[in-house]
Amino acid sequence: MDVAALLVVAFAAGMLGGMVGVGGGVLFVPALVVLMDLSQLEAEATSLVAVVAVGAVGAWRQHGYGNLRPRDALVVGLLSPVGVVVGVVAANEMSERVLEFLFAALSLYFAAGLAARALRGPEQPSPARPPR
Amino acid sequence: MSARLSRLAAIGTLAGAFSALFGVGGGTVIVPLLILWLGYEEREATGTSLGAIVLIALLGAIGHGAFGNVDLAKGLLIAPPAVAGVVAGTALQQRVPERAVSAVFAVILVFSAAVLVL
Repeated sequence: MDVAALLVVAFAAGMLGGMVGVGGGVLFVPALVVLMDLSQLEAEATSLVAVVAVGAVGAWRQHGYGNLRPRDALVVGLLSPVGVVVGVVAANEMSERVLEFLFAALSLYFAAGLAARALRGPEQPSPARPPR
Repeated sequence: MSARLSRLAAIGTLAGAFSALFGVGGGTVIVPLLILWLGYEEREATGTSLGAIVLIALLGAIGHGAFGNVDLAKGLLIAPPAVAGVVAGTALQQRVPERAVSAVFAVILVFSAAVLVL
């Protein structure tokens, strides 16, 4: 029963990932903790296996739809280990609560920008569109 | 380094930092920044984010694997339905207005901010 629930959540996570461009870990991790009794750390690590698969197939599909910029994806992906080091240092220098508030504030800032954009509606034709 | 390249580098660094700190994939950082900083349209932002996530998650999985934290059998158990989901999700995304993706993303961000703080 737990396995069936896990598979349903995994499908939903993949679907969300495809819709909004995330890996699905936000659903994989709690599902692995609750349904499979993994620790938080084991769940985060194990979730990454599925995230690789979601990212690879999702990027391949979006490439087919003409929505992937491979060079930009490569730059972002290759710089992420630098960020991991920054993150580990930050985790040692600042309290977890401060970091949570910082991330929450950043998320709300992004949300406001995206919401404003959604409310403005489709982009007007403009010669100022940034180069691809 | 061009301004565009430095922005991409900053996005990669932020995504890596947040995935290390909170165990989230970088997508919640990458998609909004590609749209708001680099003038991406929603579909391109999500497609390119998935491409970057492959590398981020692969590096993370190898690192965690080295410490024995990966339960490979359970990872491979959830991968097939997740892959079916992403195929369906990307197909569905082509049929909704791009701004709807921004709206859904804004809701997800507010929700995750609330979960973090509460």
